[in-house]
Amino acid sequence: MSAQRLVEQFESLEKQDHAARLAMWMFLGSETLLFGALFAAYAYYRGMYPDEFVQALHHNSVALGTTNTVVLITSSFTVALGVHFIRENKARLTAGLFVVSTLFGAVFLVVKGIEYSHHIHENALPSGMYTFIDKPPAGVVLGYTLYWFMTALHGLHVIAGMIMLAVVALLCWKGRYGAHRNVAVENVGLYWHLVDVVWIFLWPLFYLTD
Amino acid sequence: MSQATIDADSRPNPLGVGADHPDYLRADSGLRSWLLTKDHKRIALMFYVGVILFLGLGGVFALVLRTELLTPEQTFIDANTYNQMFTLHGITMVWLFMIPAVPTVFGNFVLPIMLGAKDLAFPRINLASFYIYVLSAIILLGAMLAGGADTGWTFYVPYSTTSPTAVTWMGIGIFVNGISSIMTSVNFIVTTHTMRAKGLSWHRMPLFVWATYATSIIILFATPVLGMSLVLLALDHAFGLSLFNPRYGGDPVLFQHLFWFYSHPAVYIMILPSFGVISEVVCSFSHNQPASYRAIAYSSLGIAFIGFFTWGHHMFVAGLSEFDAGVFGALSMFVAIFSAIKVFTWVATLRGGSISFATPMLYFLWFLFLFVFGGMTGVAVATQSLDVHWHDTYFVVAHFHFIMVGGTLTSFLAAAHYWFPKMFGRLYDERVGLLTSVAVFIGFVFTFLPQFLLGNGGMPRRYFTYPERYQWLNVLSTGGAWLLGAGLLLALGNLLLALKWGKRAGPNPWGSRSFEWITASPPSKHNFEETPDIERSAYDYTLSEEVARERAKAR
Ligand code: HEM
Ligand SMILES: [Cu+2]
Repeated sequence: MSAQRLVEQFESLEKQDHAARLAMWMFLGSETLLFGALFAAYAYYRGMYPDEFVQALHHNSVALGTTNTVVLITSSFTVALGVHFIRENKARLTAGLFVVSTLFGAVFLVVKGIEYSHHIHENALPSGMYTFIDKPPAGVVLGYTLYWFMTALHGLHVIAGMIMLAVVALLCWKGRYGAHRNVAVENVGLYWHLVDVVWIFLWPLFYLTD
Repeated sequence: MSQATIDADSRPNPLGVGADHPDYLRADSGLRSWLLTKDHKRIALMFYVGVILFLGLGGVFALVLRTELLTPEQTFIDANTYNQMFTLHGITMVWLFMIPAVPTVFGNFVLPIMLGAKDLAFPRINLASFYIYVLSAIILLGAMLAGGADTGWTFYVPYSTTSPTAVTWMGIGIFVNGISSIMTSVNFIVTTHTMRAKGLSWHRMPLFVWATYATSIIILFATPVLGMSLVLLALDHAFGLSLFNPRYGGDPVLFQHLFWFYSHPAVYIMILPSFGVISEVVCSFSHNQPASYRAIAYSSLGIAFIGFFTWGHHMFVAGLSEFDAGVFGALSMFVAIFSAIKVFTWVATLRGGSISFATPMLYFLWFLFLFVFGGMTGVAVATQSLDVHWHDTYFVVAHFHFIMVGGTLTSFLAAAHYWFPKMFGRLYDERVGLLTSVAVFIGFVFTFLPQFLLGNGGMPRRYFTYPERYQWLNVLSTGGAWLLGAGLLLALGNLLLALKWGKRAGPNPWGSRSFEWITASPPSKHNFEETPDIERSAYDYTLSEEVARERAKAR
């Protein structure tokens, strides 16, 4: 079975697996820089408008943000467990853990949705959404814009990660992966950790620094 | 080649590895076998077609621009058309030709063979990368039909956010284009790390591989930043996000920072693969090992690294502090140092070599001239006091065309001729090759040399009319552009004719020691049956061809 999965351009499974892992790391590196541009913008504008940013972040609920941090860290833990068990050939256990992680992802999105609806009520909106009259001071709006954009982009990554987790969970259940065939499982795990790590940077920036 | 028939038995597979299998062009047939191919060589050819189409399209735009500038007043298009035309020209040339050209065509084709691999690590991603490139081209062309953009290729805010043209779609198109280059880069990096043949240590690899590797690293780190900035720009244009709009507290200079953080390295994305091509050409045609292999290889990495810390030299007049400007100016000089290392090493390689003077070698000479000249003007414009005078004049246009267009175009043509026998198994007509090469060079110099004078005399860039006194230089430049266009068409014609009527090439018509010449020309579908065993460097010209083959055993 393992001989079968060797694709023709590689001469050995080790090399093939090495390649898949390396590719994932490269991809994660470029994802990090995608957010990097936004972190740079955040730092730049926060330096320009320190007080306005504090005023903007005041709308964020530390409780909800922290809940989401806990949710994501827990999901990262279940993902890590899943990766651990696939190495012990317990594919079904992995499948279950990945499903649980996917559900945590869903919880995260629900909480995020609740937050967003609060913001909409409180008129804490990204630029472009205001009429002339109700527009808060410029620096505050920049804060909102960055908040919305960065969290929404992160949210898209959560959704992408959930889809991957679900697919891999299904394939684990069907016995596609096992102790000797787990690079895809590991790679999805890595991706989910990235989603988690990005949030761990967003959390202090948007919730803890007012 | 001819000796092959004399004592075929004493040489290991004189027709090249895999010559007893059908070559990649014939291995499968039918349109489907091309469109769904996972063979890196076929994908390279598909990119080839695309890249040449866009070079042609960008060239047509350029000729329209230059023809408009023939007379001081309006010649035949109005100001708005002119603005859109130079934007389209820049966008097509930068993202659809110069950035992808050498890596996707020649990188794709020769990199795996140079490494002794059967294919890239992820053939499916490679194919996807091609279709994403096509998709990006469709979006960009669609945006062009929907009015194009009139912002210039730099998309400076706040104008770009309020311009009534199709800026949103341009931004999206370039973002998609970036996905394609990131995919290709991941593929190259991973392939270089994991698929080298037995015995092929890092210091035995062909220099082209080093160059492509360094380029891929830049792409991986710089492209996402550009992608992000353009997405923000597109959202701003579409929904009024206003992140960079001073009216809403934003800072347009931040956009410039983000843009140049990518786009300065992007100029090395365009030029580094060219360095790789030039290194191969110089060694092959002087039949000599590079004067310093390590200097060439590591200076690519040096440029890749320093390139990330020089972006501010585009912003000397955008309100940088004196201190910042000084730092960015000084850092820029490091790039010049690394580039000079390369130039000296190439020239030193010629010494003691036995030089055969073929078309690719002629392109090397043009490359050397344009690159050194363009690079020195780069040092000049990286000096703040001088740049304040030259900024946004034709001097800058001339500088970046010399180095960027001169560099990619000459090396692209060098590569097209150099690897032509490998790719298609035939030889082009050498005399026509030399002739068209001269035409291209003369056309190029006549187009851009006058622009240095124009810029120094104060003619601003991006204007479609100008005072009378600039006319004679503009006429020279326009004439040069037409000659350049004609030269390129003739070169293309020469290669196209050779596809069918060229003489058959042996596996190694230039007598090169680089590894791609071990396989048959054209190579069979999988290049090698098994990974070869490599017991020498890619430039071991102390060995005879037979021994060199023997030391790079391959089936
Ligand atoms: C490796 C080859 C190089 C390429 C492909 C290249 C390309 C370019 C391009 C495309 C621009 C114009 C950007 C625009 O549209 O505004 C430019 C401008 C500039 N380049 Fe280069 N360049 C190269 C080397 C250098 C070097 C070595 C230096 C400095 C030591 C340099 C310094 C500058 C400066 C200061 C400007 C800005 C001028 C201005 O806008 O006033 N370049 N270059
Ligand atoms: Cu630059």
